[in-house]
Amino acid sequence: MRFAHGEAPTWPEARKAEVEEIIARYPDSRSAVLPLLHLAQAARGWVAQEDLEAVGRILGLSTAYVDSTASFYAMYHGHPVGKYVITVCTNLSCHLAGAGKVLEALEKTLGIKPGETTRDGLITLEGTSECLAACDAGPVAQVNVEYFLRLTGAKAETLVEALRSGDTKALAGLAEHGEAAAEAVLSARVREVPAHV
Amino acid sequence: MTTALGTRLNFQTLVQARRGGEAMMAMRRGQPPAQALRAAGVLPRLYVMVCGDTGCLARKSDKTRDALIQAMSAYGLDSDVEVMRSGCFGFCSQAPVVVTYPDGIFYCQVKPEDAEEIVTRHVLGGQPVERLLYQPDPRVRQRVARMMEMSFFKGQQRIALRNLGLIDPESIEEAIAARAYEALARVLQEMTPEQVIAEMKRSGLRGRGGAGFPTGLKWEIARNTPGDIKYVTCNADEGDPGAFMDRGILEGDPHSVLEAMAIAGYAIGSHHGFIYVRAEYPNAVRRLERAVSQATDLGLLGERILGSDFSFHVELRLGAGAYVCGEETALMASVEGKRGMPRPRPPFPSDAGLWGKPTLNNNVETYANVPPIILNGGDWYASIGTEKSKGTKVFALAGNVTNTGLVEVPMGTTLRQIVYDVGGGIPKGKKFKAAQTGGPSGGCVPAEHIDTPIDYESLAALGSIVGSGGLIIMDEDACMVDVARYYLEFTQDESCGKCPPCRIGTKRMLEILNRIVAGEGEEGDIERLESLASSIKATSLCGLGQNAPNPVLSTIRYFRDEYEAHIRHKHCPAGRCKELVEYRVNAEKCIGCTLCIRVCPSGAITGELKKPHAIDTELCAKCGSCYDVCRPKAIER
Repeated sequence: MRFAHGEAPTWPEARKAEVEEIIARYPDSRSAVLPLLHLAQAARGWVAQEDLEAVGRILGLSTAYVDSTASFYAMYHGHPVGKYVITVCTNLSCHLAGAGKVLEALEKTLGIKPGETTRDGLITLEGTSECLAACDAGPVAQVNVEYFLRLTGAKAETLVEALRSGDTKALAGLAEHGEAAAEAVLSARVREVPAHV
Repeated sequence: MTTALGTRLNFQTLVQARRGGEAMMAMRRGQPPAQALRAAGVLPRLYVMVCGDTGCLARKSDKTRDALIQAMSAYGLDSDVEVMRSGCFGFCSQAPVVVTYPDGIFYCQVKPEDAEEIVTRHVLGGQPVERLLYQPDPRVRQRVARMMEMSFFKGQQRIALRNLGLIDPESIEEAIAARAYEALARVLQEMTPEQVIAEMKRSGLRGRGGAGFPTGLKWEIARNTPGDIKYVTCNADEGDPGAFMDRGILEGDPHSVLEAMAIAGYAIGSHHGFIYVRAEYPNAVRRLERAVSQATDLGLLGERILGSDFSFHVELRLGAGAYVCGEETALMASVEGKRGMPRPRPPFPSDAGLWGKPTLNNNVETYANVPPIILNGGDWYASIGTEKSKGTKVFALAGNVTNTGLVEVPMGTTLRQIVYDVGGGIPKGKKFKAAQTGGPSGGCVPAEHIDTPIDYESLAALGSIVGSGGLIIMDEDACMVDVARYYLEFTQDESCGKCPPCRIGTKRMLEILNRIVAGEGEEGDIERLESLASSIKATSLCGLGQNAPNPVLSTIRYFRDEYEAHIRHKHCPAGRCKELVEYRVNAEKCIGCTLCIRVCPSGAITGELKKPHAIDTELCAKCGSCYDVCRPKAIER
């Protein structure tokens, strides 16, 4: 099953006004499936069966339909993920620049394979063939949504150490958006889902 | 510009707002009328633009900017000099970039500790800081001070990228000063929808997303399709490996896209636009949101634009990680809340698109070209480029090339000019081997065709495409079989699975390529690949499948010998394919420095100081670390 079970979602009530505003944007409420799934993921960190059911209930669609749509898109996590999700771009430009070594170093230092989460639930490692579009500064990775550019095996290890120890300064030294990014990552503050999801 | 515009604008107040910022823009462009104002103290003496985009931020350009602001303050220059954030200059390999206007001095890799010297020497002393200027050739001491004299910029003509680096992308006042929404105002005041379409047709602009369909014709078809409700969509689901043109435009000049969508809406009779943008682009999403809300507040989007009868609303829509959604029918399915799978055409979106209504879909770069075409005329645009490929094209230059970044050149510029003049050549004295154009739908252009002019027709003749603009340069160390395998792995992974030729065919091709790079290739594999490729091309439903075999076919065409070496001799000439490479020490060249022993992660190298070392091939992980560090080149493969 792509989407695991979880607790009942709180977003349908907590963000009710937003839900209604999203639905009102489209001539057909079915169009709100993806934006509502983004809302669900922002609330839980991943998308559970219970979220699919809620989306179906709100939009008058079967859970199976919502599942079939959700499972098409790679960015919806179907299982709990770590506080930090490290996504390494393994596309061609990054590959030419040495993404393989970065991924290897991460696997080694984390002791997990892509798609897995560390035992302590802290870090999920993912490789992606979807180009992260910073090809001039590869190899590239995102932690949650923050960019980390021009990585090497050694820098990747520093990155993991900084995440583990919660060292803002060390992390800021690596992040594209410096301290703001480091703080956002370390507080695992999922960036506020934009009004226009 | 510091004064914020308050209320909704009309045609007259838009002109006033632009005029208010005209001198500032003229000064940044180094144009003379601004000088009098500058002398009168109306304008600051100098603008210091610090790039605030991805590449530069990664190298802490925000710290550089803070340091510059502090340094100006410390010397009491706050009112004389304005330090600002700008969009991308495109020359990301020199990040963080700082450019001063009106003198147009271009500083490379500026660190916070350089700020004081910029103040004392440049601002106060009138001389550029020599050591921070661009040095085209590290072996020659000559440096270039002015941006427009640098080969990276000299070969470029920036139309779609016109405002990148010139304005603060988060300020609509600056965008207006740089003529944003002037074309929309002209269209609403002076032109009929038919005249707008005629101008677009005259320009010869073709879709910049990859397919190259004539834009004006597309608009005309959408206009002529009857329908009470029509939609305008912007494809910002950029996903081609190696492509980041659209991200650059969205982050650096979001208003150009919004303005063009409104113009398109007026031309075809639509009042609703949707921008489908990748969720992986948080910065672009934030800038777009801000731009939409600013434009709506000022009456440049929304109800009764600029007080006219025309209304146009724009909504953002985030993707969720599916490359195929860049195909227009898949994009529309995704907006409708379905799996993002393409469907057969016809019907084309111009007849039945979003929610079954006539829909006009263009990509980001295409839209960015629209306002200048309206302002300067279609004939002006058509005078640039080649006979059949008009205008300019933005390329995302990456891979083994000295200057990486976004470049915009007239169609017909040769690959050599892009790689050697704009791109500064191949680093580390290596040889140019091939350029991959058009990402996973394209093909490679080998060294013997480096003088080919880049346009739709010439690249098609070589078996490649202009595509969306990804341009990955490869040096002699690239294995072309591995590169082809890489692209196919991507398309195979991204195949939506709807049609069997793409779903199954790309899988079978990938299996063969995996065997070849693993040293298990068989006689006849090349022919099997060719045969599968021709079936997949002929029978796939959408562009993803139809073009997926291109990188394989194109590398077979130009590098067949590499395929044969892998298959027959189990040898990878470039030494990239791990299974086919063996590392050994040339005892005659080895000086016994132990460097390789220290970097080897698997402890496979043994030997004593000043005596030849040896590699245990059983233990060797074939990572190539020893090969990279060996100074006397004693490690061979």
